[in-house]
Amino acid sequence: MKKDEMSIAKYYLIKIVIAGLATLAVLWIMTPFVIAILYAFTNPSDYYSPNVILPLRYTFEHVQKLLALGATKAIINSVIVALITIGLSFLLGLPAGYAFARYIFPGKDSLKLFIVSLRMFPIMVIAVPLVTLYIRLGLSDTPLGVALAHTAMALPFVIVITSSIFAGVPKELEEAALIFGLDRKGAFMRITMPLALPGLAAAAIFTFIMSWNEVFIASVLTLTNRTLPAFILTSAMAAPDLIKFAAGFIMILPAMIFVFIARRYLITMWGITLR
Amino acid sequence: MVDVHLKNIVKKFGKTIAVNGITLDIKDGEFIVLLGPSGCGKTTTLRVIAGLEKPDEGHVFFGNREVTYLPPRERNVSMVFQNYAIWPHMTVYDNIAFPLKIKKVPREEIDKKVKWAAELLQISELLNRYPHQLSGGQRQRVAVARAIVVEPDVLLMDEPLSNLDALLRVRMRSELKKLQRRIKVTTIYVTHDQVEAMTMGDRIAVMNAGKIMQVGTSEEIYLKPKNIFVAGFVGSPQMNFFEASVRIEDKNVFLDAGDFTIMLEGEFSELLKNYDGKTVIVGIRPEHMYPLDLIASKEKTSEIEGTIDFVEALGSDTIVHINTGSMILVMKISGAHHYKIGSKIRVALDLRHIHIFDKTTEKAII
Amino acid sequence: MSKRRTDFEKYVPYLLILPALSYLIFFIGYPLVQALYLALFPNGRFSMENIDYLFTSPFSRFEEAFTNTILLVIVIIPIQVAIAIGLAMLFNMKFPGRNTALYIIVLPLTISDVAAGLIWYSLLSSNGFFNKLLINLGLISEPIQFFGYQYRPMEFLAIVLTELWRATAIVFVILFAGLQMISKEYIEAAEVFGATVWQRIRYIVFPMLKPSLQAALIIRTLFAFQIFGVVWILAGRDIPVLAGEAYYEQVELKHTGVAAIYALIIALISVAIGYIYIKLFKAKYLEV
Repeated sequence: MKKDEMSIAKYYLIKIVIAGLATLAVLWIMTPFVIAILYAFTNPSDYYSPNVILPLRYTFEHVQKLLALGATKAIINSVIVALITIGLSFLLGLPAGYAFARYIFPGKDSLKLFIVSLRMFPIMVIAVPLVTLYIRLGLSDTPLGVALAHTAMALPFVIVITSSIFAGVPKELEEAALIFGLDRKGAFMRITMPLALPGLAAAAIFTFIMSWNEVFIASVLTLTNRTLPAFILTSAMAAPDLIKFAAGFIMILPAMIFVFIARRYLITMWGITLR
Repeated sequence: MVDVHLKNIVKKFGKTIAVNGITLDIKDGEFIVLLGPSGCGKTTTLRVIAGLEKPDEGHVFFGNREVTYLPPRERNVSMVFQNYAIWPHMTVYDNIAFPLKIKKVPREEIDKKVKWAAELLQISELLNRYPHQLSGGQRQRVAVARAIVVEPDVLLMDEPLSNLDALLRVRMRSELKKLQRRIKVTTIYVTHDQVEAMTMGDRIAVMNAGKIMQVGTSEEIYLKPKNIFVAGFVGSPQMNFFEASVRIEDKNVFLDAGDFTIMLEGEFSELLKNYDGKTVIVGIRPEHMYPLDLIASKEKTSEIEGTIDFVEALGSDTIVHINTGSMILVMKISGAHHYKIGSKIRVALDLRHIHIFDKTTEKAII
Repeated sequence: MSKRRTDFEKYVPYLLILPALSYLIFFIGYPLVQALYLALFPNGRFSMENIDYLFTSPFSRFEEAFTNTILLVIVIIPIQVAIAIGLAMLFNMKFPGRNTALYIIVLPLTISDVAAGLIWYSLLSSNGFFNKLLINLGLISEPIQFFGYQYRPMEFLAIVLTELWRATAIVFVILFAGLQMISKEYIEAAEVFGATVWQRIRYIVFPMLKPSLQAALIIRTLFAFQIFGVVWILAGRDIPVLAGEAYYEQVELKHTGVAAIYALIIALISVAIGYIYIKLFKAKYLEV
């Protein structure tokens, strides 16, 4: 039937266009990553020779030099800051998230709105005043100081995401636990938490990445105990190109590993938190 | 105003065959119901008629026009969706007007038609509201109003009442039927609720596993089911089924069910002559059984005896489960009666309403 | 259960929220107030000298920074939104490998802006990928210079390209999530009632996407005004931006008061933008 043939041709044409566009989009995003990683390990002569587009010989020397320059210490600082941030923001944020998920109370909507709008607040604004405060408190140039600021940045996110994770655990499961002998806290620890754990793990990973990537606050608040982004911003900028590329690689490595591990959760999470 | 013809429609989704050869002729102005359990292919068939799915094989005709591969826009169909699909960002007025707006109908005419449809569905005061301000029943009326406002050739309804609560559902049943009679549009209605089907449909097409099991009026489906599936699907409580072996002696047929034997006279021996010595499946509806203590034995009945296993008192009816030894038969009598569990009871089976099915083909012999 | 116990229950949610709330109020409220103080009370007495500095000091690049920041926002955001809408609609359709493609598209969200800057540096530097590619294809004879003070317009372009690559995913993710939430039935109903593909998009999809669009625009614009790492890596102070100046004044010049003013200006702009967007997009039909 003529109409039938036409729609089949159109059908496949549309499919090809869609596949093409999708491929284009993926290439657009992926190519810079691939190039940057390749260049971080490229042999210097390959890099500087104008005819070699993609390096053929590879070396670890750039990364090694970077680490020797002080990147190792910066990485350690970044890890410490991120871990403290996760710990503190979850300690404070988890209960709040649970409260929003399970309870109804006057002021709930306004409080939630307040916290959500904080997420959009330019957190860098607190960095400058914190410098003076930290001098007084003896926290300046310490990982703890940076972590405290990062916690303020991460808290709204943690509250919103844990709230939706807990809301996703059916209330009936907790109620069954209450009937069969547990108290509220017991029900939480033995029923809700285990079920929420995967989502919480993904949230923790995302918080880690947030802290790991944060550059403005870390740069303002530290001098000798720099985190990785701060270190790269200041010291590595004067270094030769290849060292810069190595720096890029080190920065993106943990993020890529974590994202791969937690990939299923991340899209839904971003969709929820960024609303 | 058209008749609809489906010829050998087949639709697969991956490896699943949702619709497996459906042929159906629907008369102009008819209200036909596609009835069947979930997964039987009724909704898929509806969507093929709508144009939301294209069949893998087969043809759809509206009158003389073949519409098999036409998009919905070109078919002049309308549909009421199961979850109403009322657009939340438009007022009731805009929702109803949308099909007309798309067809570029002039504004005054749109206004007239929208008001006409709203009047018919009794939602005229709601025209300026938004869907989230309406109850479920009101939203459903908006969906129906939107569907009739274009005066389509074919009106499709996909389980429109299933999301309403019971009382509302009963009311809407009669309202929808009356509406259809008024505007006389060919209507194809999908449901799994046999009561809905029986009360609303001019004809009913009972479906199972992608095939049509029987098409007929509600009376035909109920009194003359053509196979076990239809017999068992329609009627509540479900028809009683039991196996019996056939023995033909002279002009009499004996159905030996183990616990009891039924004797049939007359033309039955002719109809069952091929089954002498074989096993068949016998069916009798609960409402075609009478307790002998209440009603004197009538003509053409067969008597059986058993113990009362369970009683359901519904107020208007009483349902008695009778244990005859190796099986339980369910009897339904009107009115409230008191029976004691464990007591013996003698029951008559109305042989005018007995059904006999071939054990392998499941088709009705009688 | 005694009455006391149930009375107490009433306060539980507040107690659970209190620690987080207090922390936030302290760590955000206090610095805000402190910033005001630092900006307007430099030596303990009220003085406009910090604001003066912005406009008159030879060290100050305020006007440039303000202009550049706004310019970047105006250029980058519309393009990003357009690309993101297209991508969201593309990914809303099913095609093989969609899930893998999705993870890849979203990858830039996981890296810091500094890393993004470094990545694009490797692409755009004179020995970088693009230049080598174009030279070897014979399209150009000399590398295109993207960096260096005298090539400031090119630096601007480099920043735009990097930001487009890095941050479009933010808008995409929000729009994609919003698109997925639009029940297929709404679109099918429009199809049955006569709407063409374009009409379906215009009358049904777009209006129902408005809340997501609003959220995405707010978030993206707010973040755009804080642009820092990418600019600093690719252009240093060649292209001053508000956040960059805040950093420079604080860390290099030790002008804490001035840095505080920059921070406050950014905060003010954020609040103003948020307000404008909310007024612009009154979406009231948000539920199912």
